[in-house]
Amino acid sequence: MLRLTTFTLLLLLLTNPLSAQEQQTRTDFTSWPQVLNEARSQTVYFNAWGGEQRNNDFLAWVAARVEALYSIDLQHVKLGDTAEAVSRVLAEKQAGNTDNGAIDLIWLNGENFASMKENGLLFGPWAEQLPNHALLDAENHPEVRYDFTVPVEGMESPWLRAHLVFYYDSELVSAPPLSIPALLDWTSRHPGEFTYPRPPNFLGTTFLKQAALELATTPAALYQPVTEADFEQVTAPLWEFLDRLHPHLLRSGRSFPASGAELRRYMSDGEIALAFSFNPAEAMLAIKNGELPPSVRSYVLSGGTLANVSFLAIPFNARSKAAAMAVANFLLSPEAQARAQDPDFLGSTAVIALSQLNPAQRQLFNFQRHPALPAAEELQRQLQEPHPSWMPALEQAWLQRYSGR
Amino acid sequence: MNPLALHLKQIRIDLHDEQLIALDAVIEPGEILTVMGPSGSGKSTLLAYLAGFLAPVFKASGEIILHERRLDKLPAEQRRIGLLFQDPLLFPHLSVGGNLRFALPPTVSNRKTVIASGLATMGLDGYAERDPATLSGGQRARVALLRLLLSKPEAVLLDEPFSKLDAHLRKEIRQQVFTSLQQAGLPGVLVTHDAEDAAAAGGRIITLSSADD
Amino acid sequence: MLRAAPVLIILLLIGPIMVGLLMVLLPAFGYLPALNATEFTLTHWQELFAVPGLVRSLGISLVAGLLTPILALSLVFLYLATASESWLDRWIRRLVSPLLAVPHAAAAFGLAFLIAPSGLLSRLFSPWMTGWQRPPDLLIINDTYGISLMLGLVVKEIPFLLLMALAALPQLDVQRRVAMARSLGYRPGLAWMKTVAPALYPLLRLPVFAVIVFASSTVDVAIILGPSLPGTLSVMVLGWFSDPDLAHRFLAAAGALLQLGLSLTAILIWMLLEAVARRYNTHWLESGQRHHGEKMIWLLGRGGVSLATILTAGSLLSLLMNAFAGFWRFPASFPDSLVLRHWLSALPSLGQPLLNTVIISLVATVLALALVLAALENEHRHHLKTRSSIWFLYLPLLVPQLAFLFGLVVFTESLQWQPGLPLVIFAHLIFVLPYVFLTLSEAYRRLDPRWSQLAATLGASPNRSFWRIRLPMLLSAWLTAAAIGAAISISQFLPTQLLGAGRVPTITTEAVALASGGNRNIISVWAMVQALLPMLGFMLALSVPRFLWRNRQTMRYLH
Repeated sequence: MLRLTTFTLLLLLLTNPLSAQEQQTRTDFTSWPQVLNEARSQTVYFNAWGGEQRNNDFLAWVAARVEALYSIDLQHVKLGDTAEAVSRVLAEKQAGNTDNGAIDLIWLNGENFASMKENGLLFGPWAEQLPNHALLDAENHPEVRYDFTVPVEGMESPWLRAHLVFYYDSELVSAPPLSIPALLDWTSRHPGEFTYPRPPNFLGTTFLKQAALELATTPAALYQPVTEADFEQVTAPLWEFLDRLHPHLLRSGRSFPASGAELRRYMSDGEIALAFSFNPAEAMLAIKNGELPPSVRSYVLSGGTLANVSFLAIPFNARSKAAAMAVANFLLSPEAQARAQDPDFLGSTAVIALSQLNPAQRQLFNFQRHPALPAAEELQRQLQEPHPSWMPALEQAWLQRYSGR
Repeated sequence: MNPLALHLKQIRIDLHDEQLIALDAVIEPGEILTVMGPSGSGKSTLLAYLAGFLAPVFKASGEIILHERRLDKLPAEQRRIGLLFQDPLLFPHLSVGGNLRFALPPTVSNRKTVIASGLATMGLDGYAERDPATLSGGQRARVALLRLLLSKPEAVLLDEPFSKLDAHLRKEIRQQVFTSLQQAGLPGVLVTHDAEDAAAAGGRIITLSSADD
Repeated sequence: MLRAAPVLIILLLIGPIMVGLLMVLLPAFGYLPALNATEFTLTHWQELFAVPGLVRSLGISLVAGLLTPILALSLVFLYLATASESWLDRWIRRLVSPLLAVPHAAAAFGLAFLIAPSGLLSRLFSPWMTGWQRPPDLLIINDTYGISLMLGLVVKEIPFLLLMALAALPQLDVQRRVAMARSLGYRPGLAWMKTVAPALYPLLRLPVFAVIVFASSTVDVAIILGPSLPGTLSVMVLGWFSDPDLAHRFLAAAGALLQLGLSLTAILIWMLLEAVARRYNTHWLESGQRHHGEKMIWLLGRGGVSLATILTAGSLLSLLMNAFAGFWRFPASFPDSLVLRHWLSALPSLGQPLLNTVIISLVATVLALALVLAALENEHRHHLKTRSSIWFLYLPLLVPQLAFLFGLVVFTESLQWQPGLPLVIFAHLIFVLPYVFLTLSEAYRRLDPRWSQLAATLGASPNRSFWRIRLPMLLSAWLTAAAIGAAISISQFLPTQLLGAGRVPTITTEAVALASGGNRNIISVWAMVQALLPMLGFMLALSVPRFLWRNRQTMRYLH
């Protein structure tokens, strides 16, 4: 009997997922004073990756600052994987929870953003209404308006930059390869000294995209949806390259690390001498942690490497949208951006344009360069991310070729 | 009808619609009815029925009456029928005294003296704090008997209580048990396949035949 | 009151499981309204069977699911057959609980560092013996056939089965059985194998099933030690569930169902093997052979478990060294320096998670224990046979957590239950209940019924008999069950994270989040913290009875 009732209840829920009343308090999110007023004493659950102590410490500092500035209670929900947060929002939507969500702010990457945007899981547009949005100088830095070529349209706010950099142990390697074709040559002379995380790991797929961009005869095709391109023709050089590369990789390409973290561990254990990361400061941070020897150096490939921007989004049903906006705005402030870039704290790259700052604010960004960081001019050599539809296509094709062999 | 006697009226126990046991008897205070029979004849089933542990597969009818109470519908703990097993079964987590206190009805006052004097009558002076595991076989049997008596039963069932004792102890304990029961004026049912036990009990003897016959 | 207990347990498990299963079943056939999919279709199954490497992946999961229990159980039996009261055996028995307390992922992580080409063993013998200045390029971890995965599983399941066996043995009167067989001329090891083992196995059957389910569906151990191209089915399913492309949820749901089928198939095959073994065993038992094989039993029994103990101790040592290691480059056998930095960085974020962990595990365990005891007591009083509903107990262990918990979140959300401590405790209860039931039921059912009968004839009511006789006599059993329950609760990650919406940080959620950063030192610190709490529980479960029964020989002997 009880079983039946539960079942019926469930079916009702499933067939009627969005029946709950929409009863949003009508806040005018375009009026910043009103937003700040509303934000006061709200709690913001900020779902962000918690894998790095420095990151967690930085967010703890942010929490103290927004408490002092706006009386906002910021709680960092430490995730091992952003999918945990996406699952939660999806479940809430399924259950018809439209205004009482458990997550107020998420740190996203391009693919998750595209997916959440497409499935109506995001609130917005809101990001361009932030006062500090102007500091991005979006006119001259269009990359902050696109997340993996998907137009952001104010549905998320940038907060950090990511850039693919390679790093090597200068005691073991004198001349690291400066391009993808050179990598093949280098690995054949140094077998077992390099590998990459296995797709569909994010960093592994990034390596595929980087290689595809450099090797393709028509790189422009990668900036269109994959359905509009001749996949076979565009990626043929990539597969030829990988087929030749794999025998020279660590474990002869029979096993790949699961993640960027594991790749770094191989480096730390001396199994490999060359690796790469999406965080230009990774090698520096690892040296400070005692994970990597001080002889490690970072660099950018001569033709440029993939770069993108990390964003913050607000779920469609977040409870404290105003406070979430205030936090996102604070993260764009010169104070927060400078702290994020400070090698003693986060060591990341600021997303705001220094040209928009006054001299005093600019002063905040004068740091001594750590030898393991890539040179500032190297970081100018950026390639834009291909269209996100290429990621699953490349992953699928890679698994098809190299899994289960 | 003597209210102190144990009345077993038209007892009949069936297993799978076949009669296993049929019994009709009155056991006077101080008398011990001995039930004999080979293994599988239903001796233990009879005891389980009288004590209140009959497994649901058995179908029983009849009446058990004692002290003008009808017992067969009551749960075991309300029947006031004591049971001596083959093993003394002293609770291993309680001391000797703890075992006895467990049996003593809560209404009894002077619990300490009652137990001390009980132990004394069994020749176990000062054993109250002992771990049952440290007692000899004979001592354990005596504690089990004392525990039974202290629980103030109105009738007693004996399930081959002497079969595991060695020869010289066996006689002594048997004597002690029967004497105690007689002194307490309790009706008893003894199940055994030892003729000596049966003879020593001194009461009527009923022999059950094997169920297979 | 008591009668309600089994119903309550079934509702507690069936409710969430029905929801959970439905939430896997519907998307597997294309129905997930939140993603605007409302048409039933089989395409996701076609997609699933077209996944590259699926067959090998299934094969490895299945083989791991069967070989793990076979090896672990054989080694445990062989060990018990040859165990004595020597210092080594007493030491091994004392180690069982702490080893059990180490979370699977942490143990696997330690083992990986122990046996990797750049690992502790390799460092100990390099370069003076091997000549290696750089780690050799050998495929040891994540090997294609899942050998290191199975090694990790076997090493971790041995303490579990050993503990279960040690808890069950006292009912079997081992010494008398062995003495009897030896008096007939059987060598001691064979005597044990022929008289005790056949009686012990039925008592271990449920735990063995749990091992089968765990080994065929483990995610965390498989990620660390398992093959990668392709990974085990469970790892692939988790990947699909975490894929940014939400369309992968359909594939993930179909995969989760396949995983369920796979674990059930493994159990089915196990039952077939049981039937075969029974036939062969009877022949072996009755052959009268009393010398042949004795040496083998001793060799495998002593060697196998010793090796497993060494491997586990080595894994723990790896964790311990890494938790204090400064810079530590291959081939140094020892870190350049020992530092407290990793611990100090963890300390500030320890307080709240620690408190949450203790509260959640205590409440969940007490609730589970109360429910299980009530259900068992109800069974005892009404002479109920073990019901087939026991299978429901296994479902929380069978259905992949992520799949199942997604449904649970939808369910609790739609009832508008706020995420928080109570909900997390409720979710933990679902996973703690089966293990508490598993560990306690056999001991409870096998307690000599004469104790209760005796108590009744002495005038004790069923309640008095429960509190004064059964509960104290089973003290050791239910304390062990509670310790296992608490350990299970402490190790839960996804239920805590998803049902608490991340708002209830525990030691494990912190550990998993930090583990994703890949810093070996930090991972080791948190793994040790994570292991310490359940270890405390096991130590209590061991020492409380020892203290209470210090003057009760039989009780001490029993355990």
